[in-house]
Amino acid sequence: MHEQTEQSIVLSPKPAGGISTIPPARVSSRTSPAQGRNLGDVVFKNSTLAFAIVVFSLVFLMTLEMVKGSQLSLARFGWSFLWTSTWDPVHEVFGALPFIYGTIVTSLIALALALPLGLGVAIFLSEIAPRWLAEPCSFLVELLAAIPSIVYGLWGVFVMVPWMRLHGLPLLSKSLGTFIPFFRGLPYGFGMLTAGVILAIMILPIITAITRDVLRAIPTTQREAALAIGATPWESTRIILGSARSGIVGATLLGLGRAIGETMAVTMVIGNRPEISAFLFNPGYSMASVIANEFTEATSELYTSSLIEIALLLFVVTILLNALARLVVWSVSKKFRTA
Amino acid sequence: MFSLSLASVLLAIAPLFLITFYTLSRGIAAINLDFFTQMPKPVGEPGGGMANAIAGTGILIGLGCLFGLPVGILSGIYLAEYGENSFGKIVRFLTDVLSGAPSIVVGVVAYVIVVLPMRHFSALAGGVALGILMIPTITRTTEEMIRLVPQSFREASLALGIPVWKTTLRIVLPTALKGITTGILLSVARASGETAPLLFTALGNRFWSTSIMQPIASLTVFIYDYAKAPFEDWNRQAWAASFILIILIVALSALFRFVTRSRTNA
Repeated sequence: MHEQTEQSIVLSPKPAGGISTIPPARVSSRTSPAQGRNLGDVVFKNSTLAFAIVVFSLVFLMTLEMVKGSQLSLARFGWSFLWTSTWDPVHEVFGALPFIYGTIVTSLIALALALPLGLGVAIFLSEIAPRWLAEPCSFLVELLAAIPSIVYGLWGVFVMVPWMRLHGLPLLSKSLGTFIPFFRGLPYGFGMLTAGVILAIMILPIITAITRDVLRAIPTTQREAALAIGATPWESTRIILGSARSGIVGATLLGLGRAIGETMAVTMVIGNRPEISAFLFNPGYSMASVIANEFTEATSELYTSSLIEIALLLFVVTILLNALARLVVWSVSKKFRTA
Repeated sequence: MFSLSLASVLLAIAPLFLITFYTLSRGIAAINLDFFTQMPKPVGEPGGGMANAIAGTGILIGLGCLFGLPVGILSGIYLAEYGENSFGKIVRFLTDVLSGAPSIVVGVVAYVIVVLPMRHFSALAGGVALGILMIPTITRTTEEMIRLVPQSFREASLALGIPVWKTTLRIVLPTALKGITTGILLSVARASGETAPLLFTALGNRFWSTSIMQPIASLTVFIYDYAKAPFEDWNRQAWAASFILIILIVALSALFRFVTRSRTNA
């Protein structure tokens, strides 16, 4: 090795990789960036840069392609697509309102169920549980995220829906339904409420994982300070939750983003009826479900174009939610890293 | 507080066991050798298997890797080695954002990019969709694994006169290879569970086909079709397929967790 470097100073060197370069006539090492540029380095760096640019442009490319694909419906309906509630393939009138409604309702139900549960689990994992218990428990909660969506859907159709129809929904309508008008309607089983419950199970891991990480990022001095002035463990946890507020908001946004985009599990249990109804037991339709169900059966260009426009809407909303969530979560960890 | 959060943990873990055990029990009862070796029978006839779907999923994953691995690994290398600038920050941010994109939207993009020009559903389009889905995970894992390689390795190599590009390819990358491979396995696990993007790109095929330019069957789309069907036998086969899928995916995810955890604790 030593000989080689000496030779490279004296003779016209040839890198062992086989690319021959004629270096500038300098004595020092060719690979020092201050002195000369090795062709191999330049090629390598630029090739990896090219692929990084591919990843960079992927989001914009996707948006562009979807805008191109939905030109017809964008031109025909414009903004009114968002608040028209007719979905009539026969007369070629398309409006996305039923799907937007269904998506929002199921996602809100999922959040309402998963957020308290996720907070409880995260508090347990970061504050209460000893190390030997916290690790396997976090692992189990993350395994929930590993189960594919179609398996959730299958289980939903064969287990959850019959249970809801026979036990869950009648129970709800007899108890909460007497004074809250939402928990009424015929107990089909397939409906927005069942879809919301399954979605809650699916977004629980993401809310738990992020909240647990945020809580762990808060230095123990905060807890010790609270305990030192006489707070009970519960009060100290409440104080910690207060400082973790923006992280919890970030976790909620990410969970919401996941719930909005979830397709297969929702498609199989939501009932697929493009109607807006205040009764949560009734079937509904979500944006992702209509794309999954009707894309291959779209009979006209306008039909396909409207479905692509719904996909575009879904994409834009999810991107915005994710971007906002990442910014929020990053700001929390930055706050405590500099502390 | 203690009892409340303990109760929420139990409530959270309960569905995991419910779903897994139910799928395993229904699946074990349903699985037999026919499932792996036979083709689907005509509608209404009992029996048959999912041989073409298993092969199809394999081909689609292979195509997805073909499109996703080079992009993911090389951009991961860029982010780890040269990415300490604002462009790198933006790419990391966009990668995270892209990983949250719904899979059905990626399927629509693959439809617009591949199916419309080809005027044909094909396994290629399905592979493109899966590739796009795999890119964020692979990029992030590759970057993390390369960052874990100690700086002293690079410095020792550079001190011996090895050029930077060779250091990265011959020394850093092999060291990080184990972690990168498990990252690839994780993204393969996720991609093999995807249904929505395949519904209108690879479409599905009730016959044996390994051609890239033709529609192709896949396990997930078969589960979807068979679950909706009114035939008991088809529902049984759907459970068998979910059994396979769950075993594969959960095993790969557990492996990934195990390998990356021991790495960071070391």
